[in-house]
Amino acid sequence: MPGATPDVDGNDDPADDGVRIDMISGARMEGLTSMEKIRLILDGVREGNIVILEEGLSPDEESKLIEVTMTEISPDDFTGIEIETYPKPESGNQSFLDRLMGRESTQKLTVIGPANRIETLHKDENLISTLVSRK
Amino acid sequence: MGLLTNLRDSISRVTDGLFAADEPKRIGIYGPPNAGKTTLANRIARDWTGDAVGPESHIPHETRRARRKENVEIERNGRKVTIDIVDTPGVTTKVDYKEFLDHDMDKEDAVRRSREATEGVAEAMHWLREDVDGVIYVLDSTTDPFTQVNTMLIGIIESQDLPALILANKTDLSGSDVQQIANAFPQHETIPLSALEGENMDEVYTKIAEYFG
Repeated sequence: MPGATPDVDGNDDPADDGVRIDMISGARMEGLTSMEKIRLILDGVREGNIVILEEGLSPDEESKLIEVTMTEISPDDFTGIEIETYPKPESGNQSFLDRLMGRESTQKLTVIGPANRIETLHKDENLISTLVSRK
Repeated sequence: MGLLTNLRDSISRVTDGLFAADEPKRIGIYGPPNAGKTTLANRIARDWTGDAVGPESHIPHETRRARRKENVEIERNGRKVTIDIVDTPGVTTKVDYKEFLDHDMDKEDAVRRSREATEGVAEAMHWLREDVDGVIYVLDSTTDPFTQVNTMLIGIIESQDLPALILANKTDLSGSDVQQIANAFPQHETIPLSALEGENMDEVYTKIAEYFG
C-alpha cells in the first residue's frame, strides 16, 4: 500500500505479522451461486486467510468444494484446505417434505483455512480446537 | 434447491429405479485414505468372481482412479444380488507430495503421485454425486472417526438418500475400537470386519444383500 507505515518487522504487509480472518455472514452468502461461494472461499484461503462461514455450505456444495480444491492443488504452492464443522447433531431430523421443498438446513459454523497453516487439535460433537500458524 | 428441482430429482430417481430394476446396482466403496477400501473390494471380488480389483498398499493414495468390477453376483439366503463394485480413491481435502517422500520416492515420483491422487479424489466426488446407487463406507477402526472428511462424506451420502453401510475395518489390529465408530455415526448400522483376514465377511455379505438387493 503506497504511503503505508511499515510495521514492526519493516514490512508494510500487515498479513505478515498475523493471521487474517474473514468472517462471512449467512446474508452475504445467501445470494451467491454454489460456484461463487466456492470461489469466494478458495480465493481467500489461497491468499492465506482463515475463512469462517456463519452458516456453512450444503452437502452438495461441500462435495464441489472438495472437487474444485483438488483441481487447484499444486506442488510447493497450494496443498489444499483444512475445513472444520460440527457433526450434524441428529441425522434424519428433517422430514422428506422439508428436503422436497428445499428447506434443508445447512446452518453450521464452518472454518476453512490453508492446509499448511491450520491444524485440528481436537474435535468432538461439540468442541473443535484448532491451531492456526503464521506463514 | 427449489421445489421443482427437488421434485424432478425425486421423480428421476424413482423412474430410474423402475426401469433399471434388473441392472446391477453400482456400489461405491468410499472412505478416507488407508481405510482398507481396496482390500475390501478385492476380498469381495475374489470371493464371488475369483478376480481382484486392484493393488493394495500401505502407502496412502495407492488407488488413484476409480476402478469398477462389474456383475459381482452375491448369493445370500437363496437369493442373488448383482452389484458393480466401484473402488474409489481415498477422499481428503489436502494432498502434499512431501508426504510421499517418506515412502522411498524421489520428488518427481512424489509429485506425479500427488497429482494423480488429486485427480482421483475429484473423480471420486463426481462419482458420488452422479454415478453410484449405494455406498459402502469403510473406516479404519484403529483411528479416530471424528474427522471432517468423514463428517462431510456421510452428510453428502445422506443428502443424496443413498443407502449406506458403514464398515469398521481392521478389527484384527490391537487398537481396534468399533464402538467409537458406532458412536460417531449412530444413525447408521456399523458392521465390524477385517477385510485383510476375511473376518465377519458372512455378515458383511448379508448386509450388502439387505441394503443393496
